[in-house]
Amino acid sequence: MLYYLIKRIAFGALVLLGASLITFCIAFVIPADPAVAIAGAKADPHTLAIIRGQLGLDRPLYVQYIRYLGRALHGDLGRSYARRQSVSGLIVARFPATAALAVCAMTLSLLLGTLGGLVAGAYRGKALDNLLLTLSLTLVSIPVFWLGTMFLVAAAAYLRWLPLGGFDGARSLILPSLALALGSAGYYSRILQANLAEVVGQDYIRVARAKGLSPTRVMLYHALANAILPLVTLAGLDFAGLLSGVVLTETVFNWPGLGRLAFEAVFNLDIPLIMGTVLFSSLLIVVANLLVDLLYAWLDPRTRLA
Amino acid sequence: MGRARLNWLEMVGGAIALSLVVLALFAPHIAPHDPTQAVAQTFGDPGPPSLAFPCGTDQLGRDVLSRLIYGARVSLIVGVSAMAVAMTIGVAAGLCAGFFGGWTEMVLMRITDVMLTLPGLLLAMAFVAILRPSLLSILLVISLVSWTGVARVVRAETLSMTSRDFVLAARALGASAGRLMIRHLLPNIAPTIVVMAALSTSGTLLLDAGLSFLGLGVPPPTPSWGRMVEESQIYFRTAPWLAFFPGLAILYAVLGFNLLGYGFLRRRRPQ
Repeated sequence: MLYYLIKRIAFGALVLLGASLITFCIAFVIPADPAVAIAGAKADPHTLAIIRGQLGLDRPLYVQYIRYLGRALHGDLGRSYARRQSVSGLIVARFPATAALAVCAMTLSLLLGTLGGLVAGAYRGKALDNLLLTLSLTLVSIPVFWLGTMFLVAAAAYLRWLPLGGFDGARSLILPSLALALGSAGYYSRILQANLAEVVGQDYIRVARAKGLSPTRVMLYHALANAILPLVTLAGLDFAGLLSGVVLTETVFNWPGLGRLAFEAVFNLDIPLIMGTVLFSSLLIVVANLLVDLLYAWLDPRTRLA
Repeated sequence: MGRARLNWLEMVGGAIALSLVVLALFAPHIAPHDPTQAVAQTFGDPGPPSLAFPCGTDQLGRDVLSRLIYGARVSLIVGVSAMAVAMTIGVAAGLCAGFFGGWTEMVLMRITDVMLTLPGLLLAMAFVAILRPSLLSILLVISLVSWTGVARVVRAETLSMTSRDFVLAARALGASAGRLMIRHLLPNIAPTIVVMAALSTSGTLLLDAGLSFLGLGVPPPTPSWGRMVEESQIYFRTAPWLAFFPGLAILYAVLGFNLLGYGFLRRRRPQ
């Protein structure tokens, strides 16, 4: 178990290293001259020289990268060009709104996915299977930003008590997290249904039935408990996708979170802020994946022995 | 690929994909109006759906239906070519990793895993913004973040083949590594590649739609579905149909390729 955990942490570090390399490329390698990007096209050569000296742009690339990495490890992600504030400060301020949205959406998608998978698993039959497959494929295919917009349309017309955007209490979480959750819920329910179909054929299910347990009990305590495990791993892997959805959902609902911050950064070509949000999101994904690994080990004792 | 008869998933998905190709190819003949010209005298207000304009007109008086039909062009071009580039990278990486093993596999798969873990849309946003949005930059960036899943599947498939008799026989006959991979392994993983191509296209279409919704799509006046949703956001109270139809078009296209992918998949693993 300890070996496994060390391996996972090492992989997390590798992911972050990769993310730092990519963000470094975004900031210092791709733009023809970062100094011009900062000072503007009309800056005089003297100013540009000073900026180059300050940022260490006159040094070899690998030296620049190591310095950048060192600063990032100390939590210093530079200053935003557009907002003239420290990037880490901005990120910390926006984090709670995104965390609330992500946790709500994740919970909701797992709940709805489990429910859908159970219903599909219980009432198996050719016609219904095809219907459920179509439904889940449709949910997966819906663009999240459109679903969010349609929710806004519906809320504006019929559900007057729901806020139309912004982060203001629990009620404001309903629409964005539902919009974000439905796609993954469709995916999870299909996976769960497939797992259930596999588990139901196993001997211990037959034993449980032969003991005279009620079908509901067999389904919930025996089949589901075993079929749901892979879903945990899947949800962890899906976290990166969730963050992509977060960017779009936050833009639709004017949600004051990291996704909206990243969108503004891209819109203003605010390079330090772009780098910071990409790097921080990668950190979130790495942490989420580690938590899922731990959760999995707790749920499935077999992995603890390995 | 087994039987010649199509299953219903392939039929519906294929019909959708085909309809998109027809719309894109013959847009000028099918679209009732010019997508970039004002055809309705609405003085800055979106017009509701009517007999003359089935999907309504937008804030500039342009016919939404015609814009949707022309929008199929950009979506298909970006979606399909990004898929093709992503498939090329993914198949090459997966094939090499599975075939050579050892260090090659180690390095290629760690790169794949790292890329798979990073937030795709966020990376794509950052790259497109820095490179400036254009057909080429969008296409390349989307394929750059989309090849990883393909690489993993192809590697697994290749691994399951390398010790099979026909590979061993070819190897014993002195076939070179390149010949083994291209003439012997590739044809045998082709069915998987076809499945992945269909599923990847739905992914690249969604990513392209997301980018253009964020204002990082192919620049105007080229009609694009994602940007149409974005532009109509401010009218969600007064003109909800304006956002409804372009989103539906995205859903239609993405669902089509997903159905096609699952149809191919079912053909390989009948339930």
